[in-house]
Amino acid sequence: MRMFRRSNLPVWATLAVFVLAVTGASLRYEHFFSFDVFLNLLRDNAFLGLAAIGVTFVIVSGGIDLSVGAMIGFVGVFCATLMQAGVPGWLAIALALAIGTLFGLGMGALIAWYSLPPFLVTLAGMFLLRGLALVISMEALRIDDPLFEALGHSKWVAPGLFVAVLLLGVYLANFRPFGRAVYAVGGNEQSALLMGLPVRRVKAQVYALSGFCSSLGGVVFAFYTLSGNANSGMTLELDAIAAAVIGGTLLTGGVGHLFGTLLGVLILGTIQTVISFEGTLSSWWTRIAVGLLLLAFIGLQKLFQAGKADTP
Amino acid sequence: MRRSLHPTVWTLLALVLLLAANLALTPGFFHVGVRDGRLYGSLIDVLNHSSPVLLAALGMTLVIATKGVDLSVGSVVAISGAVAALMVTKGQAPLAQVAMVAIGVGLALGAWNGLLVSVLGIQPMVATLVLMVSGRGIAQLLTDGQIITFQDPGLASVAGGSVWGMPNPVMVAAAGLALVAVLARWTAFGTMVEAVGDNERAALLSGVPVRWIKLGAYLVAGVGSAVAGLIVCSFTKAADANNAGLYLELDAILAVVAGGTAMTGGRFTLLGTVVGALILQTLTTTILTKGVPVQWTLVVKAVAVLLVCLLQSEEFRAKVLARRAAA
Repeated sequence: MRMFRRSNLPVWATLAVFVLAVTGASLRYEHFFSFDVFLNLLRDNAFLGLAAIGVTFVIVSGGIDLSVGAMIGFVGVFCATLMQAGVPGWLAIALALAIGTLFGLGMGALIAWYSLPPFLVTLAGMFLLRGLALVISMEALRIDDPLFEALGHSKWVAPGLFVAVLLLGVYLANFRPFGRAVYAVGGNEQSALLMGLPVRRVKAQVYALSGFCSSLGGVVFAFYTLSGNANSGMTLELDAIAAAVIGGTLLTGGVGHLFGTLLGVLILGTIQTVISFEGTLSSWWTRIAVGLLLLAFIGLQKLFQAGKADTP
Repeated sequence: MRRSLHPTVWTLLALVLLLAANLALTPGFFHVGVRDGRLYGSLIDVLNHSSPVLLAALGMTLVIATKGVDLSVGSVVAISGAVAALMVTKGQAPLAQVAMVAIGVGLALGAWNGLLVSVLGIQPMVATLVLMVSGRGIAQLLTDGQIITFQDPGLASVAGGSVWGMPNPVMVAAAGLALVAVLARWTAFGTMVEAVGDNERAALLSGVPVRWIKLGAYLVAGVGSAVAGLIVCSFTKAADANNAGLYLELDAILAVVAGGTAMTGGRFTLLGTVVGALILQTLTTTILTKGVPVQWTLVVKAVAVLLVCLLQSEEFRAKVLARRAAA
């Protein structure tokens, strides 16, 4: 009965909300319940989902990553500029992923070895990435690389990448020593250290992973929009954190599941789709709905926690 | 106060260095003139434009000292600006009434955050995230997604007017600072805030009304942000639900931490926060007066954040500075 453990209950609640939302939407709109709509849901939110996977790892380790939205803007501008200079598409992607990962590793190293607050270091990372993107180009750049166009027009590439990285993440989190160490560090850093886990290395790796995920998200976003804009991905870090929290990840660290994050991303996407299906509802209802949903899930987590440790 | 002096000294030194660099690079930087009975000059400009951040950062200092954080500052700015602009465009309300309502909005939103944190016991970062995410939606709902511009002389005078030559925002920020300083240092409130942030359980057992203290800190933050919202919308004579106060919470947190208040809570320095806010604005003004492209502002800010963090890290000081001393 491991699936029904107490700590997994929020994920089941999230699943229930998702099923409810989709059922409600399908009853209201004839064509909502179709494979195409579902595939589009994955495709439209793949960049958010990819970033949210990394963010989930970071939050489970007890940290936070505010730089993922800026990374998406930076990667887009970076790739577009390289390709306008004649660099082939595949090389631009490889370079973007390498830089993203190294950038994450750099932030992680500062956090791990100098005990700097993750909130501030990743905030600086966000300023730096957004600033560098603006320094490279203030205007939106068009991407007309054939590889990017082919990948961008495909229905399958973005959802495929998202699902593949998600499965890889689940494998890392649940079946590898790295994953166990992440949960241990987030659960109780002192204990993890006393157990002999390489706490600092794990922390640095987690931010590198998040850097990789968000730069991949940026690449996918560049496929999707076929442009690079320094301002894209604005406040996306909030959506990624919200998706993780709605999916049952505790911001105190130690508890969380990528499956929950997937559901969180899908719920955010469904809300957006429903609001666009509705037509008369303005887009700002999305933000209010997300806020209310966050509140509901925080309340729910509080209820589940109430029986456990009594925090002052 | 002695123990909180140390980090502030470093920040003050940074501000002095920054100003000295400006003096060397820009001859007229310290020039303060009078035009139409109003002081002007780069220094006045720094004071003027740092006031919204400072007003938000005052409450943030208290919140951070209780080991919390308030992410909703930017959203409160947007909501209060939207309410103010609606009141003057739809109802021609007098400034006093607008200000009262804005402060009321700040109190209400601060109370919402405070209740989530203190009564329901939700982690501050998550509790205030709710308002951060939905607040801009609420502001857009109020303004119907439009940017509301206004010409009302009353609301425009919040940023445009001056008292004794000093621009109004500076006076408002100074008044805010005085109020919070009195509250924090002349009453037991400040000591209790530090007690809560230092060891909540111990504070509770020694009879500190922990919940009320936390609620109080978020109320101050809410009111400060709401007043900052009035100033921000008055500067531009418009309420922009999307962009007003965007990332202001991050600047406020930055001002607090740069000033020497640690994010781990337990002690705070209002003076440090003032210096922190001034440093942020001096950096921006320097970049503007030196003709450096605006887009470099964020890069410079990022480097500044990292430097401040590193200087405050014991590990960094032990490793790097000690090695240098030994060599």
